[in-house]
Amino acid sequence: MSISHALASSMGGIRTAGDLVARMQLARKMRLDEAKKYVAEKLDVSVADLCDSTVMRRRREELDIGVITAVAGAAKGLEAKARIADLLGVRINCVERLKSKMGL
Amino acid sequence: MAEIQTRMGDGYSVFMSGEEIREDLVAGSADAAKKGKIPVLEPDELDYLFEMFASPSRIWGVERGHEAVVSKDGSTNSLYSAQLSSGVGLPLSREQAFRTFERAFGFDTMEVGHTDYSVKPAKPIVVLEQNHVEAVLHTTIIPVFYGFMPNLGLYYQPDGPFPNPSDLLPKGQIAEARAATEEALEACYTDVVWMTGKMAEVGADGINYDTTASTGDGEFLATLRAVEWTAKNTDLAVEVGMAAECVLGFHGQLEYRGRRLAGMWPHQQMEVVQEAGAHVFGPVVNTNSRRSTPWNLARAITFVKACTKDAKIPIHANVGMGVGGVPMFEIPPIDVVTRCSAAMVEIGKVDGL
Repeated sequence: MSISHALASSMGGIRTAGDLVARMQLARKMRLDEAKKYVAEKLDVSVADLCDSTVMRRRREELDIGVITAVAGAAKGLEAKARIADLLGVRINCVERLKSKMGL
Repeated sequence: MAEIQTRMGDGYSVFMSGEEIREDLVAGSADAAKKGKIPVLEPDELDYLFEMFASPSRIWGVERGHEAVVSKDGSTNSLYSAQLSSGVGLPLSREQAFRTFERAFGFDTMEVGHTDYSVKPAKPIVVLEQNHVEAVLHTTIIPVFYGFMPNLGLYYQPDGPFPNPSDLLPKGQIAEARAATEEALEACYTDVVWMTGKMAEVGADGINYDTTASTGDGEFLATLRAVEWTAKNTDLAVEVGMAAECVLGFHGQLEYRGRRLAGMWPHQQMEVVQEAGAHVFGPVVNTNSRRSTPWNLARAITFVKACTKDAKIPIHANVGMGVGGVPMFEIPPIDVVTRCSAAMVEIGKVDGL
């Protein structure tokens, strides 16, 4: 059933920009349209591009914020989230914890 | 007009005329409007639903550009757990299942939770739960929730220490039942905030209080107070997903900030959840297995639209087995799941599912 929703209605996670729009909902309680507009501006793409995997696959690699395919050298996990926090201007708890562990 | 194939609320196929579909759409919306004292769906919204159900297409979807965010309750157990969670029993760890949701299924967020999904059984193994959350936080990119059910029912005898209102009420012991609820909800609240604090310690992105108010108004009050605590004391985002469309009044007199909780419908639940400080609200509208999917979906969307109209926080409607118009069957057919999914976004105007 999860796949049915993913195909029918969802943004597509890290295939596109779904994780980034979700972060704005969670970090700033933004409704969907406001979150999409905010992320599109930060990524310098159109709102329509946010769910376009052709556009977003390349844009995510350019920004090095994590891509869905297994690309050697591309930012993974916490590395990607540290860059996403800077890009979106939001606090990500596990990134803050990493900074704390490093004394930053 | 040729007959249209759709589903009943138990998942079985049914053939209906166009006129019957329209009648069910109108009747479903009217039923929600009457119960919730909210507006019925507009004619153009009913037209959308009719055209969607009339289409012979196997699957349906939102218009390009209208995609919404997905969050998930029940954690990754749909992959590794058993039939009790509609699980398919894959030999995967929770970390593997989480990464599968991220990389293979393209989910926007995901959740870690204990297989026995209530806070009470999860509490004794909290350090294990923290380690699973830490592991996915290190290796994945999408936001990570930890989820559980407050499940006040486990605090009553025979599972817990407090007298059971379900035993006391039939005997007419109303004062004793109310006292038991008040004591039990304090214990539940204490466990929920303790577990929540542990997930804040390890840096989770959010906490999901799922199936909230499954034991009625006492559980809802404990959860609302936990949301307040979490918003005040942690950096966690809080999602509150409900158990049912109407809050049962096992106590009947409990209030949150002057509002009686028993009998609240989804749009009223949203208001108190929002006021408590939550980041996401997940309304539930139950499926009637004896009515058609057009009836159930129109009814569900009418309730949900009343939430999204006034909400200041994102609304992620529950559209799983037996809720949000989806049939009450462990393998809901994709023809109606995709229709319920898309219509909840297009007409219900939800921010996520």
